[in-house]
Amino acid sequence: MLRRTGIMLLLATLAACSGPREQSSRTGIALTGAGATFPNPIYSKWFADYARQSGVKINYQSIGSGGGIRQLSEGTVDFGASDAPMTDAELKAAKGPVMHFPTVIGAVAVTYNVPGLRAPLHLSGSVLAGIFLGQIRKWNDSRIAAINSGVALPATDILVAHRSDGSGTTYIFSDFLSTVSHDWAQGPGTGKELSWPVGIGAKGNEGVAGLVKQTPGAVGYVELAYARQNNLPTAAVQNASGAYVAPSVESATAAAAGVAARLPANTDYRVSIVNAPGASAYPIASFTWLLVYRAQADTSKAAELKAFLRWYLTSGEQSAATLDYAPLPPSMIQRLTVRVDSVGAGA
Amino acid sequence: MANAPQVRTIDAGTPPFVSIHDRAMGDVIYRGVILFFALCVPLLVLLVGWEIARAGWPALHRFGLSFLTSSEWNPVKHIFGAAPAIYGTLASSAIALVLATPLALGVSVWLSEFSPRSLRQPVAFLVDLLAAIPSVVYGLWGIFVLLPVLRDPVMPFLRDRLGLGHTPFFSGPAYGPSLLAAGIILAIMILPYIASVSREVLLAVPRSQREAALALGATRWEAIWHTVLPHARTGIAGGVILGLGRALGETMAVTMVIGNRPEISASLLAPGYTMASLIANEFSEASSDAHLSALMAVGFTLFVITILVNAAARWLVWRVERGGRVWA
Repeated sequence: MLRRTGIMLLLATLAACSGPREQSSRTGIALTGAGATFPNPIYSKWFADYARQSGVKINYQSIGSGGGIRQLSEGTVDFGASDAPMTDAELKAAKGPVMHFPTVIGAVAVTYNVPGLRAPLHLSGSVLAGIFLGQIRKWNDSRIAAINSGVALPATDILVAHRSDGSGTTYIFSDFLSTVSHDWAQGPGTGKELSWPVGIGAKGNEGVAGLVKQTPGAVGYVELAYARQNNLPTAAVQNASGAYVAPSVESATAAAAGVAARLPANTDYRVSIVNAPGASAYPIASFTWLLVYRAQADTSKAAELKAFLRWYLTSGEQSAATLDYAPLPPSMIQRLTVRVDSVGAGA
Repeated sequence: MANAPQVRTIDAGTPPFVSIHDRAMGDVIYRGVILFFALCVPLLVLLVGWEIARAGWPALHRFGLSFLTSSEWNPVKHIFGAAPAIYGTLASSAIALVLATPLALGVSVWLSEFSPRSLRQPVAFLVDLLAAIPSVVYGLWGIFVLLPVLRDPVMPFLRDRLGLGHTPFFSGPAYGPSLLAAGIILAIMILPYIASVSREVLLAVPRSQREAALALGATRWEAIWHTVLPHARTGIAGGVILGLGRALGETMAVTMVIGNRPEISASLLAPGYTMASLIANEFSEASSDAHLSALMAVGFTLFVITILVNAAARWLVWRVERGGRVWA
């Protein structure tokens, strides 16, 4: 008797377990992707939400943008993800035309530790470049004082803190400095790893933030999300229209909107949005991209991939700000939704 | 006993033991299997070396000797010179050895010669426990405890109060992340290896040696210094070599405290770089072939330097050992 009850219970449990699972494995297809670590928190949330709603599982390995591009080129993943657009050489090395889909906007905040400073620091592009080039060495330098009128700046030495590990954050920051400073563009240039003229390298956002927090006179750059979640002091940076804008989700979206309005109809979205036009645009921002082959070998996978691309452009974008990622401006979402259709099946 | 007749009936059918031929077969198979396992390890080392060398060859070929001597490491312009990382690896390991060896010897001499029996096990356990702490935890401790302490009282004290700032080795600003910090973290990390090997070796020194020395009128100190330590010299050196190997390859904790600046500076207060941290920092985001190849070449250089340093240390031990016999 007891035994029979046990079997019944077991069967009931099995039925209960298999019910939703059968429903969820709509197609039995799982997509795999690999790449950037910076958007990993929001991507994880998206993939989890999407799996709950549609039943399609997406496995994402946050191995770094370089790794994502390499795996996409080798065809071992269904999509890649990168904080920097693929270079022409990388596109040529891929197995076919690759499409870039911007997902969210990342902003880089400049954080500092200036003893006795209360008001938020104002920095312009040329002053930032001067500091990171080692030309401005003290906080009371006249070039910093000129744009921070009425603020008492100490005579402390400036210590530059930068990322030691290769990072999309470094890419965005150096892209901005190269755009606003000729000296920077000719010297260190733009990249995920640089040859830094001055300063100390620390690993990860937490390493840079820790170094800045502990060292009087230090200045460094971290992701906006990290700065917000840890309540770090952040500088207002002068944008292309001359206004000093504090980093925020809204000002990063504004930067994208300013650039998006000027994009030609046939853009491949490999565009930089640093030093963007618009009075409220924060100048150190960038898209992060999903990388997808235009020609897909597997029809059913292509259909799932397109379904996900449409989902992130509608539902996904709405939840971006909850994790401190800036969503795309509405005008871009419309254009990108149309663009999803051109991801075609059949090689 | 009841089974005995049964055994005998079986014996009547088959020989009581396998024939000599079969036994030889067993030996051959056994020898083959063991040989295979024994060869696996050196083969693995050779394979690793070969693969890294192959992947790093384009960079080594392009930059030639300047890869080892140039100080410029510029991933944007594809110019790669690993000299600062090589210097940093050797310097931080040297600092670690200088700091850790006396400490480890002190611990092991005390444990083997002086400690009360009730304290020996707990203290030995705690020292060994240092080896069980993950290196990222050492790194975090380094960032939050060691660096602030170095920055404020220790480095200014060494530089200004002790006047060491007049020498090139302790000059310049004291920010915290530095070769010195890396050396100290490494010293703590390799201490348990040296201490644990030395303790076992010292405990293995025959009692008669100590008794003989004491009987000749030596103090306890003299007995240890002149009799026990020389007897254990080779084993202790083995422990130091083990620690050195560990220090050369340590990555995470060093990356977190060394400052990651590819520059050669005589000052221990200045930031530096090591080969292992260079690879760990840049590998995941390196996408160009030239950059990847340069990182592989750094890996190969580290591989070769580790082997060379270990070989040199072993040769030194061997010479001292032989020298010792000549004196005796």
